[in-house]
Amino acid sequence: MKDSPILLKVKNLRVHFPVRGGFWNRIIDKVKAVDGVSLTIRKGDTYGLIGESGSGKSTTGKAIVGLQDATKGHISFMDSDVTKKSARKKMNYNHDVQMIFQDPELSLNPEKRIFDIIAEPLRNFEHLNNEEEKIKVLKLLEIVGLGPDSLYKYPHQFSGGQRQRIGVARAVATNPKLIVADEPVSALDLSVQAQVLNFMKKIQKEFDISYLFISHDLGVVKHMCNHIAIMNRGRIVEIGTREDIYEHPLHIYTKRLLASIPEADVNKREEHHKNRLEVEKYYEQNKDKFYDENGEALPLIQITDTHLAAIPKNMKKG
Amino acid sequence: MDIFKDRLLSIENVNTSFKMDGKFYSAIKNINLNINRDEILSIVGESGCGKSTLAETIMGLLNPEEAKVSGKIYFNKKDLIQMDEKELNTYRGIKIGMIFQDPLSALDPLKRIEEQVAESLLYHTNETSGERHKRVLYLLNKVGIDKPDLIAHEFPHQLSGGMRQRVVIAMAIACEPDLIIADEPTTALDVTIQAQILDLLKKIQSENHCGIILITHDLGVVAETADRVAVMYAGQIVELGDVKQVFNNPKHPYTRSLLRSMPQNSTIDDHLYVIEGSVPSLKKMPTDGDLFAPRIPWVPMSEHEEHPKMHELDSGHWVRCTCYKNFYFPDKDGSAV
Amino acid sequence: MWKTILRRLLIMIPELIILSVLVFILSKQLPGDPFTGSINPKASMGQIHHLMKINGLYDPWYQQYWHWVVHLLHGDLGNSYEYQEPVTAIIGSRAINTFWLALLTMIMTYAIGLPMGLYAGRHEGKLQDALVRIYSYATMSVPFFVVLVIGCWIFGYGLNIFPTSGSVAPNATGFFPVLLSKFYHMILPATLGALFATSSITQYLRSGVIDAKNSNYVKTAQAKGVSMNNIYKHHIMRNAMLPIAAFAGYSITGLLGGSLFTEQIFSYPGMGLLFLNAVNFRDYTVMTALVLLYGFLSLLGTLLSDIALSIIDPRIRVE
Repeated sequence: MKDSPILLKVKNLRVHFPVRGGFWNRIIDKVKAVDGVSLTIRKGDTYGLIGESGSGKSTTGKAIVGLQDATKGHISFMDSDVTKKSARKKMNYNHDVQMIFQDPELSLNPEKRIFDIIAEPLRNFEHLNNEEEKIKVLKLLEIVGLGPDSLYKYPHQFSGGQRQRIGVARAVATNPKLIVADEPVSALDLSVQAQVLNFMKKIQKEFDISYLFISHDLGVVKHMCNHIAIMNRGRIVEIGTREDIYEHPLHIYTKRLLASIPEADVNKREEHHKNRLEVEKYYEQNKDKFYDENGEALPLIQITDTHLAAIPKNMKKG
Repeated sequence: MDIFKDRLLSIENVNTSFKMDGKFYSAIKNINLNINRDEILSIVGESGCGKSTLAETIMGLLNPEEAKVSGKIYFNKKDLIQMDEKELNTYRGIKIGMIFQDPLSALDPLKRIEEQVAESLLYHTNETSGERHKRVLYLLNKVGIDKPDLIAHEFPHQLSGGMRQRVVIAMAIACEPDLIIADEPTTALDVTIQAQILDLLKKIQSENHCGIILITHDLGVVAETADRVAVMYAGQIVELGDVKQVFNNPKHPYTRSLLRSMPQNSTIDDHLYVIEGSVPSLKKMPTDGDLFAPRIPWVPMSEHEEHPKMHELDSGHWVRCTCYKNFYFPDKDGSAV
Repeated sequence: MWKTILRRLLIMIPELIILSVLVFILSKQLPGDPFTGSINPKASMGQIHHLMKINGLYDPWYQQYWHWVVHLLHGDLGNSYEYQEPVTAIIGSRAINTFWLALLTMIMTYAIGLPMGLYAGRHEGKLQDALVRIYSYATMSVPFFVVLVIGCWIFGYGLNIFPTSGSVAPNATGFFPVLLSKFYHMILPATLGALFATSSITQYLRSGVIDAKNSNYVKTAQAKGVSMNNIYKHHIMRNAMLPIAAFAGYSITGLLGGSLFTEQIFSYPGMGLLFLNAVNFRDYTVMTALVLLYGFLSLLGTLLSDIALSIIDPRIRVE
């Protein structure tokens, strides 16, 4: 994938939220939700952004789609700067960049019919007549495995998995080039999750879509993504290919995350547990080396062509 | 006999149905299950399979106007189902403790942590308030809270998710119950915290020699934590056994399908396995026959029992219906998982 | 918290200024003047003009306003045109009457509303709940003044058990007889006012109880072996009260609004009646002073609500 063209480039993105207080309710502090994130998504990538709650992964995703203003930094999409709202509007940015949300129950308007929900982005960006619009919506429904009888139903008449597929259908309606999927399967059962992930892969092939796949689930990310960035306390602490991250993790936080995933193989559970306790011990003893005096992650350093990690310089070899 | 000495709870033929639009619909059917001292029994299944209903049935948390319960749940040879509220409250919180899924909503937002942890001590012991205070600090310390005196004084919203779950666990073990029912105790938590909480539960179990019923949808959590596992589908137990038996040698088509649809069990180019169809809603649930049959339509009806029963394979490994015998996945040979 | 209260009080100043300007302008837009109806009918137009002139009523509104503000800052709200007495003295004596009536109404409202709301919430969907709901809808759908007129007619004139006008019997002398007589005069208007005001409290509390009893912390408490009675006492009640506490301060506005009707119908000498008269007689000084006072009390009510809520709900901090 190294050679495919760059789709999205995020440079030094910061999103800070003001904290107000004092007598005059002035800004007295800020929460650095996202604090200097840079990443590059190439065409055809499924780029995994992993982090725990409060890591800033969702805020990063929102800033990329344009649902959240960046405090600082640049976002460019296919070589044009889209950091500013006016620029995004001018180039119909959200025609090309769409979002899938975690909770389909909250992201689908309960008072609208499926037809209107899926047709909404079409109405915003494409000028189809009624007939064309209906054909297109039916085709989208078919792609995500729903029949024409769903057209005039409401979201509550569907199960969680079906609703998430409707969310997927809405996101692909305008043939976007990039979809930001924020925890798209976290609210779903295992068997339904498999279904939605399969659909996401299928439409990726069919429509040539790239994904920014935001998740806390390392198992799902391993299955879906070829490039992965690990976020911790608003910064990226490690970036690499799937092999880099899962086989040769370098940052202490990545190691800790990987060790925390429950082991599905019962025969290895003692071994896994021992390993986890060791990693945890190592983490407690060495975590200060990986963060500066303000508790912020160190700058990323290049390890290999594909692999970057926020580790102390003296650890690079060894 | 030895077995009965360590037996904490015997669930016999328990059925629970819910009233909807004036009619009762069965949510769990004919549950038979035992839990012993010193073991972690995991009940695993997807949403709507009835695992939380089973927990609430055991604890007597269901509103009698909305739910009908039949069968017997023996604890110390006494049937919990027959008890009135007053008698039940001599078991709940003392002999049986419960841990809930979402620690934020499980705590009263208006009360300090100390008051909430001390609540069961207040009603079930004769301790003075000074003794209770000491005990609360001891309990908070036991669940791994570093500064118990500070935390005791906080309100729930001031704590992190992991901290809150530790508090909820401290509440459940306040009177050192023999049995702890943990309903999705780590679902709302990050994975690093999840690992810590599961360790904590194991530690408490070995220190207090209690039994734990761990309810979860996460097969990874089961594989890592449980001693025995009961797989539930559509209100029934479909497979029951030692965790190694079930994970290394899964028999029921549902268990096998679930394991097969885990992303961990596949490589990137593989299509994830998807179980056909969906779980029927309570109202549309068939009342008899193999409830999983519609999800594996390629299996001929002759393979299923008319009234599926549990069959014992090895000692302690049970599976419902006979359809497991010749079961195969249509895309590959059946030996895949 | 004290800082925040101080800040909120300071913010009230511009709000009150804007309010007073609006009221001032609007009152001047009313047709008529304070003198035509009240002085000797033989007075000539010239004399009225003269009175208007010496009272500054021909000046542009902003000059009059400025004049008024300067006096206000000296604690002088001017003289009433109608009563020829200082406005502060008139309002002072009336405000006390309204205060006691409002207080009694409020106490009775909560005394009736709280148990009804709790009862209905606890027995949600049952007969008890249905009865409370019927009562709520009935009081909500009947206009307030109709309730007052009917109540006054039945209990005042028909059964003749309560007085129908005034705040104290003219022949009452001595401390306790006067106090008793004042209380006696307030019972009927306060009860009727309370019956009318309970519906919102009952409904808030009912839904508060229903929300709280379906919450997970109630399940937790049950699982801890706490009896349902104790759960109601220690968990459900407090949580269900939150919306009521938020509502309490705002209800000052409702009480003041209600007093306009109550005092008119029962000829009760309070602020409401004074206000209506002031409007009728174009008694500008009294009118503006009262509106300002109403405005101040409403703003104070919202502040009180916020403070009360922050005291019982630890999640809300006045900061």
